[in-house]
Amino acid sequence: MTTVASGRRAAREQARRRKARRGTIIAAVSSVIVLGGLAALILTSSGWPSVKATFFSWSAFKTSFPHVLRAFWTDVKLFLVVEVIVLIAGLVIALVRTTRAPAAFPLRVLATLWVDILRGVPTILVVYLVGFGVPALQLSGLPTDPVVLGGIALAMSYSAYVAEVYRAGIDSVHPSQRAAALAVGLTHTQAMRAVVLPQAVRRVMAPLLNDFISLQKDVALVSVLGPLEAFRVAQIFAAENFNYTPLIAAALLYLCVTVPLARVLDRMQAHSREVTAGTTPL
Amino acid sequence: MSDGVLEVRGVTKAYGEVQVLRGIDLTVREHEAVALIGASGSGKSTLLRCIDLLDDIDDGDVFLDGEVITDPACDPVQVRRRLGMVFQAFNLFPHMTILQNVTLAPQRAHGVATAQAREDARVLLARFGLAGREDDYPDRLSGGQQQRVALVRALATRPRALLLDEITSALDPELVGEVLSVVRELKGEGMTMLIATHEMGFAREVADEVCFLHDGLIVERGDPEQMFTAPEREETRRFLARLLDARRL
Repeated sequence: MTTVASGRRAAREQARRRKARRGTIIAAVSSVIVLGGLAALILTSSGWPSVKATFFSWSAFKTSFPHVLRAFWTDVKLFLVVEVIVLIAGLVIALVRTTRAPAAFPLRVLATLWVDILRGVPTILVVYLVGFGVPALQLSGLPTDPVVLGGIALAMSYSAYVAEVYRAGIDSVHPSQRAAALAVGLTHTQAMRAVVLPQAVRRVMAPLLNDFISLQKDVALVSVLGPLEAFRVAQIFAAENFNYTPLIAAALLYLCVTVPLARVLDRMQAHSREVTAGTTPL
Repeated sequence: MSDGVLEVRGVTKAYGEVQVLRGIDLTVREHEAVALIGASGSGKSTLLRCIDLLDDIDDGDVFLDGEVITDPACDPVQVRRRLGMVFQAFNLFPHMTILQNVTLAPQRAHGVATAQAREDARVLLARFGLAGREDDYPDRLSGGQQQRVALVRALATRPRALLLDEITSALDPELVGEVLSVVRELKGEGMTMLIATHEMGFAREVADEVCFLHDGLIVERGDPEQMFTAPEREETRRFLARLLDARRL
C-alpha cells in the first residue's frame, strides 16, 4: 500500500519537475527573441549612430553627472519635506471631509473645494500660479524662494490626492467597527483615532506609497520656476552642448529613488494579500 | 416608575418607509434576563441598537435606572458607558490584540490606569477560558473564542446591563455551547440582560421572561414554560412551529 502511494508520489514529483524545467526554457528562449529583436531593431536603425552620440555620450555623461547629482539633492530634500507635509495635510483634509459635526460645515465645504480644484488642475499649472502669483502679491512675510514656492504648490496638489486616498480608507472600514467602538463607551473622536483610522491607514499604505513615488519625480516640475534642481541643471548642460546625455543622467537619478520604493511597495502588497487571505471576514 | 433597570416605553422606529418598531413596551428588572425572540427582520436588533443609543428612536422613551436616556439632552456616550453590548458578528478590533481589545474601553472611557486595566482584563479572560491568548490577534481565534472575548470586552467596563444581539447566530454549531455557557454563568451571578436569540432551548433555560416580537410589536410575552409549551397567539405558534420544522430538516 505505502509503496504504491510513494511510487505515485515520485511520478508526480518527476512530472512537476519536468514541467518546471520546460517553463524555464520557454521563458529564456522567448526573452532572447523579444529583447534581442528589439535591440537589433534599434541598433540597426539608420538614426541610431546619431541618437547614440546625442543621448548616450560617455564624455558628456562624465562632465555633467557631478553637477546633476549635486542639484539632485535639492530634489531629495524637497520631496522629503513635501511628503511629510502632504501626509499630515491630506489626513486633516480627509478627517474634515468625513466629520459630521455641524460646526465643521464651512470647513467641510472648503475641504471639498480644495480637493475638487487642486485635483482637477494640472500640477504644473499650480506650480506656475503659486510660483509666479504669490511673489507678485508683494506682501511681506510671504516666501519668495522658488524652491519653497514650488514645494508649496506640490504640497497643495498632492494633499488633495492623498486626502482622497485616506478618505477611501476611512470609508472602507465597516460601520460595525465604529458601532463596536461607540458601544464600549468611546467618544466619536476616540473611536476614529483608536479604531477606524489605524485600520484605514493600514489598508491604504500601498496607494499612499504610490503617490509618494509620483511625488518623487514630480518635484522636477519645480524647475519651471528656475531653481537649479536636477532636471533644470541637466537641461542647461544639454542646451550648452547640444547633447541630451545629461537628461539621461537625471533620469537615472530619479530611477535610483523611485525603483527601490516601488519594490518596497510590491513586497507590501504581496504581504497584505497574504494577511487578508488568512483573515476571517469582519 | 417601577423597579426596572431598563424600561422601554412606546418606542417606535422607522428606517425611511419601513416601520421597524411600532410601539415597544418592555421592562428588564434587576438580575433578570429577558429573551427577545422572533423572525429575522422582526426588529430585535434594531431595538437593542436603539437602547444602546446607536440608533435614534422616533417616539417613546427608554429609561436606565429610572433616568430617561433617549432625551436629546442626554449624552449618549455616558449612557453607553453604563451598558454593555455584544454583536452577532463579534466586531472585535482586528488591529488590536485580545488584551488591547479588552483594555481599550476601561482605559480610554473610564480612565482606569494601564496596569490596573491589564490586570483586570487578564483575570476576566482567564475566567472565561481565554488565558494565554492575551497577545493573539482576533483572527487567530475560533469564532467561539472571539465571541467570548467580545463578552469579556463588554464586561470589562462593569456594565449595569448587557445587551446581547444574537451572539451565537454567526457561529458554527459546535461552538455555540461555549458561548452560551458564559451567558449562563453571568445569569447565575445576577447580571441583568436583554437577549435577542434564536436559541429557543437556551431562552427557555436562562430567561425569566420571553418576548415574542412580530412586525415591530411584542405580540406575546410570558414566562418561558408557558411561551414555549402553550403560546396563546397564532403568530407565536406559527413561528415556533417553523423553528421546529427547520430543526427537523
